[in-house]
This record gives sequence, structure tokens and C-alpha cells, in this order.
Amino acid sequence: MSVFSKASETSPTEVAATKPEAIPLGVKLGAIWLCLMLLVALIGPSLTPYSFTAIDLKARLALPFTTLHWLGTDELGRDVLSRLVVSIRISLLVSLVATIISATFGTVLGFLAAHFRGWVEQVVLILADFQASIPFLIFALAVLAFFGNSLSLFIMLMGLYGWERYARIARGLAISANAQGYAAAVRQIGAKPSRIYLRHILPNTASTLIVSMTLVFPEIILLESGLSFLGLGVQPPMTSLGNMVGYGREYLTRAPWILLTPASVIVLTTLSVSMLGDWLRDRLDPTLK
Amino acid sequence: MISFLLSRLGRAALTIFLVMTFSFIVLRLSGDPALIIMSPDAPPEAIAAFRKSWGLDDPIWRQYLNYFGAVLEGELGRSMRDGRPAIQIVSERIPATLLLTLPALLLKVSIGIPAGVYAALHRNSRIDRMVMSFAVFGFTVPSFVLALVLVLVFSVWLGWLPTSGADTWRHAILPVVTLGIGGAAVLARFTRSAMLEILGQPYIRTASAKGLKWSAVVRGHALPNAAIPTVTVLGFMVGSLLAGAVVVESVFAWPGVGRLLVVAVSNRDLAIVQVILLLVAGTMVAANFMVDLAYGIFDPRIKQAQRGGGK
Repeated sequence: MSVFSKASETSPTEVAATKPEAIPLGVKLGAIWLCLMLLVALIGPSLTPYSFTAIDLKARLALPFTTLHWLGTDELGRDVLSRLVVSIRISLLVSLVATIISATFGTVLGFLAAHFRGWVEQVVLILADFQASIPFLIFALAVLAFFGNSLSLFIMLMGLYGWERYARIARGLAISANAQGYAAAVRQIGAKPSRIYLRHILPNTASTLIVSMTLVFPEIILLESGLSFLGLGVQPPMTSLGNMVGYGREYLTRAPWILLTPASVIVLTTLSVSMLGDWLRDRLDPTLK
Repeated sequence: MISFLLSRLGRAALTIFLVMTFSFIVLRLSGDPALIIMSPDAPPEAIAAFRKSWGLDDPIWRQYLNYFGAVLEGELGRSMRDGRPAIQIVSERIPATLLLTLPALLLKVSIGIPAGVYAALHRNSRIDRMVMSFAVFGFTVPSFVLALVLVLVFSVWLGWLPTSGADTWRHAILPVVTLGIGGAAVLARFTRSAMLEILGQPYIRTASAKGLKWSAVVRGHALPNAAIPTVTVLGFMVGSLLAGAVVVESVFAWPGVGRLLVVAVSNRDLAIVQVILLLVAGTMVAANFMVDLAYGIFDPRIKQAQRGGGK
């Protein structure tokens, strides 16, 4: 870094976090891993050597690192690599869609609360308190087992995870934005509320909301895999990362690879998103710390 | 202060009411329990008798009112499987769960808080980086993966500890460690960022600029203020003493409330699920209420505040 840029950027009162720094290695690796996972999810399933449900009873529990089955096979002789690729697609799909649903839902409710105040705000806050007061796993268990399970219902349910955090953040941000000059100015010109919120307040609060999404996303991955692990999430014959770990658990002693590969993918993915999220938060919004 | 507490109490009651309504709606409207409990080829008279004895014939609003009345009288229904009172079945499991979650809570607090405080006071030191790596690790490794890896290492490869079950105290070690590590990481991360936030405040600079010893600044100014966000997380942990071990109990075949819940959910044993939901919500609400009380102690400003502005 040149002396010139350093002198121009650093003022004595500024906190260390706002200093421009080189992107840390961990963040770079995390970004690369996430790109790889996205690529696998998008085109992987069309490249796999076997169908993820293809049973080959002659090759049950085959060892990994062989030419036929790079990551070995499971108890029914299904290729672990092919299953892993499909699992990555399903798990990412569930988590991404759920994160988007939850962020949209929560932000809209937060903005509604900030706009109408009064009883609307009270209802939103009470619902948020309610959601925050039951551990989500318990809530999800009750809903899932009693409404049966389909992939779309499961995604919708995961989409309820964390909405209350967006709602609280969005409400707070919108209330303070409404008190600021720019929102008042646009309102004076005669803009409709929807325009003020979507075109002015949303862009100004987006960085905080995006950072919250990167914080919620790994939790949704963990939740999805946890429920699938318990056998109450994604249902066979479909497969997901948690699902693979759950079924691989039976073969922990004889064939640990069935379980260890999807488990490492879960850990590496959540790790990457968290590191990226932390870094983004430090960059975009130090107030969220 | 009084009005603050009253509004909090009102909110707590409202939450419980919502949980009851939620559990009623979810559990009653989602299918005919009679057909699930009884085999499909059971004689119709038997099914009719079953429905009558459980009040499933009544219109739904009457079931709802009956349900509220019954809960208020402490009558929480009987297990549809073996006919014993659900509350009794659930409370039999509570000690087993507490046997895991209480030591785990102790582990979380005794590792997490000191680690977080130390890391914040020695920001960017090697120990800080170690604590943060540990915290990130705890955040990102799902409990079932951690549990299975621990089983693989300590039970399968080394053969030191049993893989699952609940016969001796040695069976509790791995589940407690699994729960404790994850929670300690969460707590360390929260404590650290709370401390860092406070250490950057002007009043800390003022306190040390007027010549106060650093240890006194930390003890008198930084720690009490950093306690507020930490207490919130801690409250959540206390609140999930009953239900925080669902996954871990399932992995280790531990006969606690969490495992009972998973089994009850797959058997559609409505009464048991309701009791657990209500108990969990009750402990959460009680813990949150205690957190609010603690706020009042740690932060005198809250005495005047109408609402404690989010998390």
C-alpha cells in the first residue's frame, strides 16, 4: 500500500475497522468455495457419473478414492459423489429460497410497522416476540410432522426462520429514516408511501439488511440439515446434505465416508458464508456488530 | 419500573396465549388423529368411540374453548398412545434432559464469557484469534456433525466412551461436551463483540483519561455495560434448557424431553407435543422475563424506558 493512499484514508479519529485492508485470505477462500458450490448446484447434476438413486447391490459400501466411485458408495451401492452433488443442489436451493422469503417477509412487515405505527406496529412486534420466544426447531418440528411434508411446504417453513430479525431491523431503520431529511423531502414532493419505502428507504437500508441475510443464511443451512438429519426435513428419495448425514449415521463405524463428505460440505459452506458475512458487515455496516 | 414490568408481564401472557392457540391450530386442524392412532382397518365403532372419548366430535370452536379451560385447570390431556397423563410422561423425561443441559450451560458460561472478555481486552492478539476461530467453528459446525465426529473419535477409534445410551455418567460426557462447545462459542462471540463495542465508547476513554486504573475501568465501566447484550443471549440459553438438546438427544439416544418430542411428533401423539410446546414456551417466557429484570439491574436507564428496543 502506498504512503499516499494511506495518508488520504486514515484519519486519527477513525476506528480501525473502516481502514481499507486487503481482502483476508479466509474471505477469498470462502468466496471461491461458494462459487464452486453454486457451480456444482447449477451444472453438477448433469455431469454426475451415476444417477443419485441408482442402486448397485454388488458395490455396497465401496471404499472411496477408487476409479469407479471417487467418494465410495453407500449401503445400497449408490454413488456418494453423485448423491452429494444432488444434495448440494437441494440444500442450497432450500436455504437460498428460504433466506429470500424470510428477508422479504420480515422487511415488508418491518416497513409496515414503521409506516402505520399504532396497532399495526404492536401486532408486528408481538408476532416477532412470539416467533423469537419459541425455539425455531420446536416450532418447525410441530408444523412439519403435522402438516406432512413436501419440498415446497418445507421451503416455506424455512422461510419463516429469522423473519422477526429483519422485521425489527427494518422497522428501526425505517423509523429513523423517516425522521431524516431525504425521506421528508421526498414526502413533501408528494411521493406515495410505496415509492418512498421501495425507492428511497430500502436502498438506504439495504446494506444492513444484506448483511443480516448473510448472517441468517448459514443458520438456515444448519436448520435444514438438522431437520433432514432427524428425518423430518427433505424426504427420500430426494436427498439433502443433512439427509445424507442422517442415513450415513447407521454406518458410522463401517463406512464413515458416507457421513463425513456431506458433513464437511455443510461445515465448509456455513464457514464460508459466515466469513464472507462478517467481512461484509465490517465493510458495510459496523453498527451491526 | 412497575409499568415496565407490568407491560412485560402482559406480553409474556400474550405470548403464552399465542403459543397455546398455535399449538391447538397446528395439532388439531392438520388431520384426523383418530385415523392415525387407530389402524385404518379398525372397526368404525372403535374409531367413533375413540373420537368421542377425546372430544374430537365437537365443533372446532368448542374444542378450542375446552382446550383452554382444561389447560387453565392444569388438565393437559393424556397421551393417545398409552393413556397416561401427558404432563406425567413429559415430566419423567425432564431430569434426564437437565442432566445434560445444566452441566452444558455451566460449560458454556465458564468457557464462553471469560474467553470473550479476554479476547476483547487483547484484541488482535494470538489468543483473540484463537478464540475467534473457536467461535466461528462453534457457529458453523452443526451439533449433529460435532456429535458424530466426537463419537467417531472417542468411542469408535479410541474406545474411551460409550457411543450412546444413558446408563452411567460416562454416557453423559459426549452429549454435554457437544452441547457445551457449541454454546460456549456463541457466548464467546457475543461477549467479545459486546465488550469491543463498549471499549470503543467515549466514557471508557474518559474513565481511563482521568487516571483510573485499567482494571478498574474494565470492572467498573466496561463489564457491567457489556453484560446487557450477553445477558440476552444467556437468557435464551436458560430458556432452552428443556428443548435445546433435541438433536443431541437423538444422536445419543438419550431419554430426554427432546427425544420424546421427536418420537411424539412422528407418532402424532398430540397431547405430548402440546405439553412440550407449552413447557418450552413457558420456560422461554420466564427466562425472557428474568432477562428484563436483569436489564433493570444492569441498566438503570431501562427503568424509564417504555420498550427495550429489540435485541
